[in-house]
Amino acid sequence: MDRALPWALVGPALLWTVAFFVLPFLAMGLLSLTSQDGGGLTFANYAQFFTDPSYYRALTNSLEVTALVTVISILLAYPFAWILAEQVPERWQRLALLLAVLPFWTSYVVRSYSWLLVLAEQGVINDALTGVGLVAEPVQLANTRTATIIGFVHFFVMLLTLTIFASLKQLSPSYRKAAADLGASPLRVFVHVILPLTLPGIMVGAFLTFVLAIGDYITPQILGGNNELLMPQLIMMQIGRRGDFPLASALSLILMAVVTVAYIACARWLKIERA
Amino acid sequence: MRAAIKFLSAGYAAAIYAFIFLPVIVLVVFSLQSTAFPIPPFTGPSLRWYKAVLGDARLTSALANSLLVAALSSFIAAALGFLAAWGFARFTLPGSALLRGLITLPLTVSYLIIGMGLLVLFNWAGLPKSLTAAGIGHVVINLPLCFAIIYSQMGDHQINIERAARDLGAREWQVLTMVTLPIMWPAIFASLFLSMTFSWDEFVISFLLTRFDTTLPVEIWNLLRSGLNPKTNAVGSMVFGVSVLLAIAFELILLRRKPA
Repeated sequence: MDRALPWALVGPALLWTVAFFVLPFLAMGLLSLTSQDGGGLTFANYAQFFTDPSYYRALTNSLEVTALVTVISILLAYPFAWILAEQVPERWQRLALLLAVLPFWTSYVVRSYSWLLVLAEQGVINDALTGVGLVAEPVQLANTRTATIIGFVHFFVMLLTLTIFASLKQLSPSYRKAAADLGASPLRVFVHVILPLTLPGIMVGAFLTFVLAIGDYITPQILGGNNELLMPQLIMMQIGRRGDFPLASALSLILMAVVTVAYIACARWLKIERA
Repeated sequence: MRAAIKFLSAGYAAAIYAFIFLPVIVLVVFSLQSTAFPIPPFTGPSLRWYKAVLGDARLTSALANSLLVAALSSFIAAALGFLAAWGFARFTLPGSALLRGLITLPLTVSYLIIGMGLLVLFNWAGLPKSLTAAGIGHVVINLPLCFAIIYSQMGDHQINIERAARDLGAREWQVLTMVTLPIMWPAIFASLFLSMTFSWDEFVISFLLTRFDTTLPVEIWNLLRSGLNPKTNAVGSMVFGVSVLLAIAFELILLRRKPA
């Protein structure tokens, strides 16, 4: 066997990753240690982030919103996935699941815009509320943290339904039967058998939710507006309005570090292995 | 008790379906609005805004750009991913686990950060913003996915089939084109399809790396700046329609392959 062949196979993918992923990273790292005003290497950008409340608030806002979104989405999606897996007759399950994730396929930008239509001051919800007479004046829903959370939860309920449904379907019914035969009530079967066995699926979904939500610019920008900035909005603002690439690089790397911590925390559930 | 659970389940499922479909229904209904604002009361149905979309040269060229970038970038990502998966599955390479980790690493990084990195790099190299730059970014996000999907499907029984082919006198390229590619086709197809949808939908990398000639999500974003507009509803509904057709096609092809 030719010795060069394996490297010829894996080489292109490795080169691409190094050139367009590793190298940009190093470039960002180096740039983050410079200042827009010139001068030598400095930690000024990082210092600014950790000392200026208007900067680090963006990170704590992001963490709060992401944590809320992850928890709410799991709480909503789990019963739904359970109903799809247990209550819906077998032959309808595929269709029911396909329907449940259909809006998943709408464009990301369009999905957030659709929620803006629903939540706007003269939007469908306010129209219904004032029409019924529940409120006299339209409620401010758009441009709030609530709107951002609703937009996120909408997307991640679909994603988590998929992952939780998959792990529920992989459970053999004999586990539940065995537990029930040994005298466990339905509640105890759920808490001690079903929940622990579906935990890996939940964790994979939760990790995906965390990573995708904390790095998303669209949803908070369209639905949350500029009243309260999340981390991606703060980063985009540096390049958009001020052209401050060094600071934007530093903020990106801080966000990246947060995601890495989450990844390490979830690593044991996230193995990619050969079947 | 049983009946109560059934009743509660049906109610809960209906509520979640309503939540999931509410924005989509509002989007589509008000794309048929005949007046200038996509808010109640409904004044349609009218196809006025669909005509406006089809007559908008910027939107139609953005659509063509999106299709081009999606097709090319997912082809490159799947090809590189397949070759790497084949290499890692068939040969023992020094530092294999580490190198595989490197290829899948971009999966854990936000698109925003990948886009920022490329922007900084291209700025330094003096490369202008372009569709090519966005396409390169799309390969970066899709390559790890293609690699992970295809690699996870390369089992030992396939190695044996390849060995048999070699024993029967097949050359390396014949093994590749006549044995490995056909066996791996479902995984390759799935990764191509997923890459295309991700590229088709990707916003932030295209936003950062393109300027005048851009992709559809960025052009829709530009439309959004003018506030609520039925034209945005119309183009959004069209994108949704195409995506749903693709999803159904994918589902049907996968279902047909199930017995094999």
